[in-house]
Amino acid sequence: MIIHYGYADGSGEYYLIVDTDKCDGCGRCVEVCPNDILELAPDDYGKVVVRVKDEFVNSIGYICPACKRRDERCENVCEHAAISYSW
Amino acid sequence: MVLVAGVDIGSLTAKALILEDSKIRAYAIIPTGVDSEETSKKVMNIALEKAELRLEDIEYVVSTGYGRVVVPFANKNITEISCHAKGAVFLFPSVRTILDMGGQDCKAIRCDASGKVLNFAMNDKCAAGTGRFFEIMAETMELPLEELGRLSLEATDAAKISSACVVFAKSEVLTLLRRGVDKKNILAGINEAVALRVFALLNRVGIEKDFAITGGIAKNIGVVRKVEEKVGLKALIAEEPQIVGALGAALFAKEALEQVKK
Repeated sequence: MIIHYGYADGSGEYYLIVDTDKCDGCGRCVEVCPNDILELAPDDYGKVVVRVKDEFVNSIGYICPACKRRDERCENVCEHAAISYSW
Repeated sequence: MVLVAGVDIGSLTAKALILEDSKIRAYAIIPTGVDSEETSKKVMNIALEKAELRLEDIEYVVSTGYGRVVVPFANKNITEISCHAKGAVFLFPSVRTILDMGGQDCKAIRCDASGKVLNFAMNDKCAAGTGRFFEIMAETMELPLEELGRLSLEATDAAKISSACVVFAKSEVLTLLRRGVDKKNILAGINEAVALRVFALLNRVGIEKDFAITGGIAKNIGVVRKVEEKVGLKALIAEEPQIVGALGAALFAKEALEQVKK
């Protein structure tokens, strides 16, 4: 399952995209996130995968693009390329 | 005979549906009050009354929607995304793309033949294309909400609404009204702006036929026609599009019960 966390507004589209079929729930992305917006939790079908915490979904556009300059970010540390960004 | 129920506590309305084997026995829709727990009991009781049943007769209940965690009599809760996909595919087995236009958010969902979600995007930051958006537009134009769709189809020259943001759209609409622009043309303009927004959301998940629209806005024929135009597919719409989430929840309840019984 591909889940788009985020939103589109007048300034653009801000989605952090998780492919739960690729995610193995290792949690490396959760560890490197400097803003602590990610967590591991079971999805509706019972598989433990990474998700964006509810309270951050609508502020992704303010939080996440800043990580573009970091090498150690969720997108990069994932060995299975389960995370991508729309920006 | 197996009796299960789905309860969908949405942002504006609460829905309860009772499934007898694979048949809808009864359902109820009420406005969501300030107390979601009370609302969930109330809506369930109305559905039970209609079905002439008591809560004890229901073997398994799945809750969904914004308020899904506060339903005291639910055995399990599942997100509305999975429930909408499940419900839509049950009603229309050929459906692979679902646009749910709810009270305060919009969701685009792509699923497989079993109703399992493959790809999903939601917008609950912005009110464009939500029930609340149209409520405010109806108030602004002093028109009954139920009439918006029909009236918009009578437009002769759709007005240009540049913003799908409810705050800005409202002031644009007021300006147009003062200028004497026909309400029907304004409505058509609003629908165009909203359709563009939800089309972008649908493109995020990819559009595959068949296509269904669920949620309260599916009752607005003007919006439906505009979205169909953009998507290039006819939209399948349930007789009561507001209960698709509750139906999906009830179907999950049935599956869960079968698992337990095994």
